Amino acid sequence: MFVLVVGGGKVGYYLAKELIENSHEVVLMEKDRARADQIADEIGSVVVPHDGCEGKYLGEAGCARADIVAAVTGDDEDNLVICQMAKHHFDVPRTIARVNNPKNEDLFRHLGVDEIISPTRMILSSIEQDIPVHELLHLATLGEGELEIIEAHLQDGSPAIGRSAGDLTMPAGCSLFAIVRDGVAVPLLPDTPFRVGDKVIAIGPNECSALLHEQLIGAMDEAVAPGS
Amino acid sequence: MKIVIVGAGRVGSVLAEAYDAAGHQVVVLDLSTSAFDRLPPEFRGSAIRGDGTDEDTLRRAGAEDADVFLALTEGDNRNVMATQVALEKLGITNVVAKINDPVRAAAYAELGIATLCRTTMLGDAISAYLGLGSMGLPGVIAPTGGHQGEGSHQPLADSIGAGAPDREA
Repeated sequence: MFVLVVGGGKVGYYLAKELIENSHEVVLMEKDRARADQIADEIGSVVVPHDGCEGKYLGEAGCARADIVAAVTGDDEDNLVICQMAKHHFDVPRTIARVNNPKNEDLFRHLGVDEIISPTRMILSSIEQDIPVHELLHLATLGEGELEIIEAHLQDGSPAIGRSAGDLTMPAGCSLFAIVRDGVAVPLLPDTPFRVGDKVIAIGPNECSALLHEQLIGAMDEAVAPGS
Repeated sequence: MKIVIVGAGRVGSVLAEAYDAAGHQVVVLDLSTSAFDRLPPEFRGSAIRGDGTDEDTLRRAGAEDADVFLALTEGDNRNVMATQVALEKLGITNVVAKINDPVRAAAYAELGIATLCRTTMLGDAISAYLGLGSMGLPGVIAPTGGHQGEGSHQPLADSIGAGAPDREA
């Protein structure tokens, strides 16, 4: 396959290298002459030291016969234009753009870029996955630090669902005092059954969080599995 | 008319000043506030520091119901992207992008954006002044195609890329 890579930064450089190792035909465009020379020293004469946004140079680099154009510069507007020129002007069947600002993903897709790679979005979603959604949330510390206000977000599968505060075994010195339901704080009565989506607010010494977790969220090991 | 100008360089600020003086409602955006020093003290429009390729910034600047959107920054691609955001996201139909690369200028005209190309404008003006005839590429290209959406693309004649322009096509 003939792949035209535009942008000789870290991404473009390693991409071109990998593609060559996998026996694809590659041309890499990098407008910074010094950088282009540096890459050419290593991977050979497949580097075109010109701006891949310029129609003339895209044409000279063989864009018209490329199977894939990958625009991986650090600038979203450049990547958009490279893909649009490739697609609309050179009739390239497949265009791939690196998108740095996640807000641009929609626009790129709408404007016909075939594939959008968003490093920011990938890292973001990886971070979000690492934060267990049904963990206890420590809201505040009271006094000298021995008491904490803790919020528990009740999910489907919580052992507390359908039961009421009176049915739960509370850790010593810990008490539940309110539910936030549909954005409204309601006082917690001993016979109020818990529902999915409730945020239960508790106060207690910080050692109680394990038992609180067990009562309101579920056994510790289960709760750690993301996305369940 | 409500006129949004992205890029308060020489051209952008001259137009902002003129349109404002003519009684239009003018909004100018630039990434740098110092660019607004080019605007005269009597300028009554709004000058907003911000990224003209960012939809949220444009909305906050009040660009949504603009009659005209001009992208006149120093970067061809910034201008291309700004006008496409205006066209696709804000629904402004009368958009103009300054694109100094003649190939890109012609290509985007086919994608529904009126483009003006300083390269060919100056080239033509100089040739005309010297009596050497026209370069054959217009400086301002009215949009010839509808704007994108998928599947509607028609590749331009390759002759444009090869430097033998044929604008009759």
